[in-house]
Amino acid sequence: MSSNTTDNLLRLSGLTKAYPGVVANDDVSFDIREGEIHALLGENGAGKSTLVKMIYGLVKPDKGRMTLHGAPYAPSEPSAARKAGVAMVFQHFSLFDALDVAENVALGMENPPPRRDLARQIREVSETYGLPLDPSRTVGTLSAGERQRVEIIRCLLQDPRLLIMDEPTSVLTPQEVGILFETLRKLKTEGTAILYISHKLEEIRTLCDHATILRLGKKVATCTPSETTARAMAEMMIGSSFVSPTAKHAIPGEVLLRVDNLTMPPPGAFGTPLRGISFELRAGEVLGFGGVAGNGQDELLLALSGERLTERGTIWIKGADASRDGPVLRRAAGCLTAPEERLGHAAAPNMSLTENAVLTAGRRQRLVRNGFIDWKRAEGFAADVIQRFDVRTPGTHVAARALSGGNLQKFVIGREVAQNPDILVVNQPTWGVDAAAAAAIRQALLDLASKGAAILVISQDLDELLEIADRFGALNEGRLSPLKPVADLSIDEIGLMMGGAHDMEVAHVEA
Amino acid sequence: MIRLEKRPQPSRAWTVATPILAVILTMIFGGIMFSLIGTSPFEAIRTIFWDPLFHPQFAAFSRPQLLVKAGPLILIAIGLSIGFRAGIWNIGAEGQYIIGAICGAAAGLALYPMESALILPLMIVAGALGGWAWAMIPALLKVRFGTNEILVSLMLVYVAENLLASVSSGILRNPEGMGFPGSRNLSQWSSSQNLELIPNTGMHLGVLTAFIAVILAYVLLTRHIQGYNIRLTGEAPRAAKFAGVSPARTILFCLGTAGVLAGMAGLFEVTGPAGQVSIDFGSGYGFTAIIVAFLGRLHPVGILLAGLLMALTYIGGELAQLMLGVPGASIQLFQGMLLFFLLGVDVLTNYRVRFGASEVA
Repeated sequence: MSSNTTDNLLRLSGLTKAYPGVVANDDVSFDIREGEIHALLGENGAGKSTLVKMIYGLVKPDKGRMTLHGAPYAPSEPSAARKAGVAMVFQHFSLFDALDVAENVALGMENPPPRRDLARQIREVSETYGLPLDPSRTVGTLSAGERQRVEIIRCLLQDPRLLIMDEPTSVLTPQEVGILFETLRKLKTEGTAILYISHKLEEIRTLCDHATILRLGKKVATCTPSETTARAMAEMMIGSSFVSPTAKHAIPGEVLLRVDNLTMPPPGAFGTPLRGISFELRAGEVLGFGGVAGNGQDELLLALSGERLTERGTIWIKGADASRDGPVLRRAAGCLTAPEERLGHAAAPNMSLTENAVLTAGRRQRLVRNGFIDWKRAEGFAADVIQRFDVRTPGTHVAARALSGGNLQKFVIGREVAQNPDILVVNQPTWGVDAAAAAAIRQALLDLASKGAAILVISQDLDELLEIADRFGALNEGRLSPLKPVADLSIDEIGLMMGGAHDMEVAHVEA
Repeated sequence: MIRLEKRPQPSRAWTVATPILAVILTMIFGGIMFSLIGTSPFEAIRTIFWDPLFHPQFAAFSRPQLLVKAGPLILIAIGLSIGFRAGIWNIGAEGQYIIGAICGAAAGLALYPMESALILPLMIVAGALGGWAWAMIPALLKVRFGTNEILVSLMLVYVAENLLASVSSGILRNPEGMGFPGSRNLSQWSSSQNLELIPNTGMHLGVLTAFIAVILAYVLLTRHIQGYNIRLTGEAPRAAKFAGVSPARTILFCLGTAGVLAGMAGLFEVTGPAGQVSIDFGSGYGFTAIIVAFLGRLHPVGILLAGLLMALTYIGGELAQLMLGVPGASIQLFQGMLLFFLLGVDVLTNYRVRFGASEVA
């Protein structure tokens, strides 16, 4: 353990980076000490990514300087940053499904050791830090949590002084989060500093020593998370107070959607089969399905949207068998869906927002008549969605790919909500959306339910599900756990339902 | 260091400017090439681009050729572009063109020497159906077995060429042709002849059909839901499935349309400029149309202009060989340059060029 944990490891002074039309970072200064876990907080577009990209050598600052251990630090590329002892675990993993763990780790190294040595090193590091991982397993067969371990171990093999983690818990079960936190705490006692980026304020309160809060590219506040409430931090992030969603639950009415023993083979080599899923969704009810990514969420959405047809008698909409109906007929019957992947699935990247409005709303909003598209009406509908859901964009003519992830998400969800569906199925509705917008989306879902719609929310964000769902179930390897009312659930129970309990062990911290 | 930076959305100004820039670049580099082989670059470029339309002596012959050559190119390219927009790569328009001509001609010749105003319309329908049926082979195989339409449609071109050779010396051979291969001359039979609608313009029924196809394709792609579904399928296949577009129906529609238009182009050619079904009837229009479709950025109006430009360089190229004695290879090189620059500068539409130090952002 380092003798003096208050030493400054990395000092940022006056970092500024401007892109055409936007100042991503404006005069940002703060220090990261050795052996501290430092949180970097901020909404989407607050400049967190640009800041860490500068530290990791992906982006060069326009102004300002950094010092590492008191010496000037200006990495020209990530490999220079890694040599200086700075490592980063990205939110989106850069792993090859078809290769095994050791091969993936070797690909990220400048001079990989021989395979046998590397496998031994991986085993050592994974045992020391309580991150069980078999070097010879194919990455395609790993869960999201295990993939993250590959990335973390890849970093730890470089013996970093500073580890940057971007939204590391978004793909983990509560138990996996616990294991990760133990690992991070152990690293901290060894003197490694951690820069921890997250939206999840409760996590930051339990884990982090200091927090720096960014808003619109500027540092607006610092705080000690354990002494600050989550709400206070959220308000510092968005610069004003916001309204938390409030539920006005109607008494559940008739069954609108019934899924009966739905079984489906996986769509591809690394997909998940669905195994005997059954549930009923009633009018006015919000049902929440949790689970770690890759446990059948996407496949369930494909089955419910009608993109993949299932066996007769497995999906019933308002009492009629819809199993063999495609997306058009399901929409006509009142069942709308919003998939997780915004670009390429929910929206066509190069098409304008008006054109993307026609994608799902063509029939229901009568944007298409006698086969001809009424572009004026389509534009009106798109403008309505933009206005109602506060989508920040110059106009309806803008291509979907030009929108930020959060704004496109608001558009994609808004497009379905604005059509007043009877049944709405959404997958990851607030993924990558800022706190205020996430609250607005959740409120819109709740409002829809209070008007008598049946809502199914599939999400990896447990806090979200606990906030808005009436009943909860977890997907694990394509199976659905029994559904339970949210009011009676504890976090531990949820973790067990998600099936994340097996093959986990907490870091055995050695002296 | 030169860097390319992706634009948030395609630049409209560059979409219009890139073809002009490409023609200018071709003239510069083509000029250098012509001067290297000892021909005056200015004279060569004038002969290719100007003389076919305005030469006092030759223009009267070559000007109508512009529409005669551009007509089938545009008609076929329009059909192909609809499929290309959806990511369906029909490379076999040449085969559909040939089969269209054979079927149309056969339908007419079966009634020879009857005289009726209904014969030509009947032949047009037969030609369209022939092209459609030939295109349905790759379409159905793709829908049913997931075969690659590029390979199947291309291989069917060679089948069509052999069929052409067989019928021109077999069942469609002119019985009064003294044993020479080739059918009766359809442009000399008043019931089947596809004459110029306006004398000395080259404007025959096929050219008119091509213009109508341009307009219909424009309406289809910009106003109709079927066109929207086609564009969506090409832009984002998963989003198209999510929207409820049936991939099978899109494949059948796109290949079917391309087949119908190519078949009609073949029929108009065999009843007009070519005049008869003969072994050398397949003139490569079906392949050149692929280039025309891409030159026109798969946009109907772009294809119209690209077809005219392509026809001009062909006629001008022949003229340059005749008048300046330049080798045929240099003309092909020149045409190749034009394609190269047209497709190359397209990068400016989607990317911005930046000069300066590199930075990974």
